[in-house]
Amino acid sequence: MNRGPLSPFAQTVLPILGAGSLILAWQVLLPLAGVPAYIVPTPTAIAGVFARNGSLLLSNLWPTAIEALSGFVLGNLAAVLLAVVFVHSRTLQAAYFPVVLFFNTIPVLALAPVVILIFGLGMLPKIVIAAVICFFPTLINMIRGLESASPSEHELFRVLSATRWEVFWRLRLPRALPMLFASLRIASATAVIGAIVGEWIGSDKGLGALIIQATFNYQSDRLYAAIVLSSLLSIGFFMTVVATERWSVRYR
Amino acid sequence: MAAPAIETSGLDVGYPGRRSPVTVISGLELTVEAGTFLSILGPSGCGKSTFLRVVADLLAPLAGTIRVMGETPSAVRSGRGVGFVFQDSTLLPWRTARENVRLPIQVGRRSLSRMIDDRADELLELVGLSALSERLPHQLSGGQRQRLAIARALLGEPRLLLMDEPFGALDEITRDRLNDELLNLWRRTGTTVLFVTHSIAEAVYLGQRVIVLAAHPGRIVADHDLRPLKGPDNRCSREDPAIVAAMARMRSALGAAS
Repeated sequence: MNRGPLSPFAQTVLPILGAGSLILAWQVLLPLAGVPAYIVPTPTAIAGVFARNGSLLLSNLWPTAIEALSGFVLGNLAAVLLAVVFVHSRTLQAAYFPVVLFFNTIPVLALAPVVILIFGLGMLPKIVIAAVICFFPTLINMIRGLESASPSEHELFRVLSATRWEVFWRLRLPRALPMLFASLRIASATAVIGAIVGEWIGSDKGLGALIIQATFNYQSDRLYAAIVLSSLLSIGFFMTVVATERWSVRYR
Repeated sequence: MAAPAIETSGLDVGYPGRRSPVTVISGLELTVEAGTFLSILGPSGCGKSTFLRVVADLLAPLAGTIRVMGETPSAVRSGRGVGFVFQDSTLLPWRTARENVRLPIQVGRRSLSRMIDDRADELLELVGLSALSERLPHQLSGGQRQRLAIARALLGEPRLLLMDEPFGALDEITRDRLNDELLNLWRRTGTTVLFVTHSIAEAVYLGQRVIVLAAHPGRIVADHDLRPLKGPDNRCSREDPAIVAAMARMRSALGAAS
């Protein structure tokens, strides 16, 4: 049996064929098996929602996208800044890292109602939830990344009498980038989850709200369309992060 | 008469341990003339790398005094008097070959920068890497990476070049060729070189003078002046019987000490 690598053509076509065959099976086999459309609609029915209710979907996509993006930026920015502080002050790290660790053990779902209580029903609480969910993995990865320069790299900068500032910009930060991007890739999906969870608890706008409404109204084709759109939103964020990484970390 | 490149007296070298300092070499008495190519030969654990770190002001001495070109190690370091070549090339993987060589003029004393900016290309030429100056380190071979590390260490025109087993990870053929290139660079620049190695052949081939260290405790067990064998420009053949005999003497000095 041939175990060599697949041709580039096969590598692009096979995933499309794989996904296509499953969608086709879903379209044809599910109605044959007698699964009612209000439980699982067919792919064409879901596509129909995109065609008929495109503006409804779009008007609910924007709030979620804005919340997820703002949360992503805020949460990761806070994590990066705190990591920089912790790396430069062992005292602050010793004092506050355990608190952050404890905070992270609180499930976001349990925290969400508290955030809504504090920040009300607008976009802000969803942004905060998305930020909180992004924060911790980036903090951990960024601390490890900033500490990942080797002893001899630090010695090299010391021989050159580099300042702390120079060590940070020319050694620690570039060294940390691969690990930062690893957590940003994860955060690109979790930020969307955070925004949707926030909308479930209290909102009349956004994909999360649409999912809840569609479920209670047995509009399962609309529910599935909202799920597909959430997934596309995550993929969009993910691809943006990957593209930024390719551009800024060229050496691998 | 210029001040000696290195002058130590009662020098204790080691690490500040968790409870009490760990001494690796104690009571080191060593004087090295300026311009010398000195090989420091010894088994692992004898403190040869630790001593190099004290000279470079990467580590404070535990006791005793050390003068580097008549000054304290820290004064020499902050005046950019030393270049250091590590065992792993320690190139920054996100910088091109040329940008790695230029690192010394981008950090620390920036006043140097205008003066020697053009020297980066000159040094790349000197180590034979001009054609590869836009490559990233992972696109270079182990030997090319070490050449680059040497070029970077020479950029600031240091008066003292410290080399910590720089060719230890290379194959023997590459190592022999780099030994010859290093000697050529040394002849051109006239800088003092302290070259740490655990290869007897390398120590003898490169050094005008070889000091042999033993471990537990770290101490000098032999000190050979090879200039009578090699002449003023420090040339020799690896097959020369006198050189082979010098290697045998060092091997027995190491054997007797352990």
